[in-house]
Amino acid sequence: MKRFAELLDRLLLTPSRNAKLKLMIDHFRETPDPDRGLALAAITGNLSFASVKPALLRALIAERMDEVLFAYSYDYVGDLAETISLVWPEGGEANDDDISLSYAVDRLHAASRSDAPAVLAGLLDRLEPASRFAIIKLVTGGLRVGVSARLAKQALADFGGVDVHDIEEVWHGLEPPYEELFAWLDGNAAKPEPGRLALFRPVMLSNPVQDGDLARLDPQDYTAEWKWDGIRVQAVCEGDLRKLYSRTGDDISGAFPDLVEAMDFHGALDGELLVGRPPERTGSFSDLQQRLNRKTVAAKTIRDFPAFMRCYDILSDGSEDMRTFPLSERRTRLEAFVARLDPHRFDLSPLVPFDDLQHLDRLRTEPPHPVIEGIMLKRLDSPYVPGRPKGPWFKWKRDPHTIDAVLMYAQRGHGKRSSFYSDYTFGVWREDELVPVGKAYFGFTDEELRQIDKFVRDNTIDRFGPVRSVRAEPNHGLVLEVAFEGLNRSTRHKSGVAMRFPRISRLRWDKPPAEADRLDTLAAMLD
Amino acid sequence: MQPRDILHPRPEGLYCPPGDFFIDPVRPVDRALITHGHSDHARAGHGHVLATRQTLDIMALRYGEHFAGATQEAGYGKEITVNGVRVSFHPAGHVLGSAQIAVEHGGTRIVASGDYKRAADPTCADFELVPCDVFITEATFGLPVFRHPDAADEIARLLKSADQFPERAHLVGAYALGKAQRVIRLIRDAGYSEPLYIHGALAKLCEYYQAQGIDLGRLEPATVDTGTKGDFAGAIVVGTPSAFADRWARRFPDPVTAFASGWMRIRQRVKQRGVELPLIVSDHSDWDELIETIAATGASEVWVTHGREEALVRWCEMQGIKARPLHLVGYEDEAE
Repeated sequence: MKRFAELLDRLLLTPSRNAKLKLMIDHFRETPDPDRGLALAAITGNLSFASVKPALLRALIAERMDEVLFAYSYDYVGDLAETISLVWPEGGEANDDDISLSYAVDRLHAASRSDAPAVLAGLLDRLEPASRFAIIKLVTGGLRVGVSARLAKQALADFGGVDVHDIEEVWHGLEPPYEELFAWLDGNAAKPEPGRLALFRPVMLSNPVQDGDLARLDPQDYTAEWKWDGIRVQAVCEGDLRKLYSRTGDDISGAFPDLVEAMDFHGALDGELLVGRPPERTGSFSDLQQRLNRKTVAAKTIRDFPAFMRCYDILSDGSEDMRTFPLSERRTRLEAFVARLDPHRFDLSPLVPFDDLQHLDRLRTEPPHPVIEGIMLKRLDSPYVPGRPKGPWFKWKRDPHTIDAVLMYAQRGHGKRSSFYSDYTFGVWREDELVPVGKAYFGFTDEELRQIDKFVRDNTIDRFGPVRSVRAEPNHGLVLEVAFEGLNRSTRHKSGVAMRFPRISRLRWDKPPAEADRLDTLAAMLD
Repeated sequence: MQPRDILHPRPEGLYCPPGDFFIDPVRPVDRALITHGHSDHARAGHGHVLATRQTLDIMALRYGEHFAGATQEAGYGKEITVNGVRVSFHPAGHVLGSAQIAVEHGGTRIVASGDYKRAADPTCADFELVPCDVFITEATFGLPVFRHPDAADEIARLLKSADQFPERAHLVGAYALGKAQRVIRLIRDAGYSEPLYIHGALAKLCEYYQAQGIDLGRLEPATVDTGTKGDFAGAIVVGTPSAFADRWARRFPDPVTAFASGWMRIRQRVKQRGVELPLIVSDHSDWDELIETIAATGASEVWVTHGREEALVRWCEMQGIKARPLHLVGYEDEAE
């Protein structure tokens, strides 16, 4: 249990992706079954218990310590689970024998609603604070690890020396504690057969167009489509199962019941999830956001922002696997397939006819709808290959928006950047004051980072922990050219706008802050 | 005579009117008794300083030979009379040379414990329990949430990480006096015999500890300006916490920032400081040590100084021990 708790703490505090991978791989190597599989389940959010409510935790601790002392403690720490993990009295039972994660999980799973408090208390008596914290977070459903399911799968792939697509392909057929999976990755068993229906198919991704790419390709070999700024989804129906997956294979069916209801076909489609009512109306990305990152969704939201899928590929038609067919043939099948579906829930991503690359470039920079972020170029004879093969699919994005903003606050970075002020909050003018509009921590070179860091250190006016406030006056300050993909309305930000994917594109040492952009300019750019 | 007539707070620090001296005054005074060498307790510029040999040495290292008008050495357990008031110094287990000061007058004994801990520490003498009527305790970690784990386990996590990430440098932030030497000694006790690299600010104090017979193993400066980043791959570097936020830290390859402090118990503190590897190692008593010690002194009255006084006062009241906060000013939280 101690090792598991330690892994969680380290994953949460380690900023670097590679270091997180290393921590997980080492854990899979050092920890026996079934504990490593349960750790994996905890990290990927696949370990659930009959949930324990905060009130129950409070009652448990109230039986064990003075209420006033608890109140002082909770007030200081701020997190209920953490406070209880720290103040829990030591040494109910023997503390020297560390109990295993699987023992704890088994006990909790076997507990009924009525004896859950006693079981939980019994476990807490036998653990040290970090493990108590992990258990409480698990049973309250509040565990944050800072690792995506995708990264965990990458760790599995690295651990077993296999491709991450192989992991994704078998993933949804498996359940904790994943002993079959580890047996395969250890080299002691064959790859698990995807025994279940409606599994996720690893997706094909595109490469950004880079210098010289276009010169090398023959436009005749390619077809063009708009690049939709929605979320990539895969809709799969087999037998009685209907599944909607994200691009990384997470099941997101629960968040889009309206779309799932219309999935009355047999096959697997690849496309973009958008909101609106095709063909007449496609919503903006801001509209789409009303539907994202929600486990459940209110009826009114579904009515106001109906989800639909704009299809661009077919991975299986009935039970026929289409992935080895060339795109041209898949497209013909797709058109016939989509024609049979509810037109308000499924439509085709139209092909964009073009004469030559100059023509395409014009289309790219002046797209007919705000939710289009560029052009996709797909090779007509390409099969559907998982991953990001170079050559068959290109994305050619509309140029980003840019504004000139003024550096207001800088925060120290992590890891390699822990001695640099590398996270910047910048603002634009409203009347004669600056309002923060975003935060960016990349886009600059190492040399530019050194320059900004020096500016920050030389122009600090205030400090709050790791954050410094810097001089930002009409005639003294640093102007940053910030590139971003789009703007949303935001009630959380003082400025009322939130940027998507902001990054520093240039340092404007030459420009006085007074000449930076105004909030009106941004307001006019709102979708 | 009431205890408060023997010792009470004044803006300069804790004052003893019959003996006309201060304990750990924060401003220059004529006569000061000093518990230990941390800069918020031991300041320069007093007329006369009474402290342990090691505390006097440490003050001289930090402030120069003439840090006070005159100095007098207090041996552990030896009774000294200051203007008719009997005082004696006893090990506090905090850092090298640290002492509790017992003040006895008119049949009442008050122990000003300074900063203290009960956990074993190979770099200083163990805390000695001094029975008393009034016990003055610190409260740096005076909340039930502070329970320091075994320091050896924390060091084991550091060494495991160094093993897992041999291409990175591990930077361990530790307060220059006491914590740094204890961390180094614990690393040695865990069997690590490679050279350890130290920031320049630690050099004099580490040297002094070594001269006092505390073996810290081979220490190398981490301050060379030549060479490439790869030089420190796999190295463990110990420095003051502030050094690692500074430009100085840039010489190290993809550093793992560790911080050895009792504050590392609280996740929010860890995140705030951007620490990747928190090491819960403290030279102050945790909650359990504080309440055990208070009970063991047999004191009928407890005065609580710097830190989180209210929880400790509450606990004393629950035990039927008279308690009040002293509200002394000028003492800092550990390494903040």
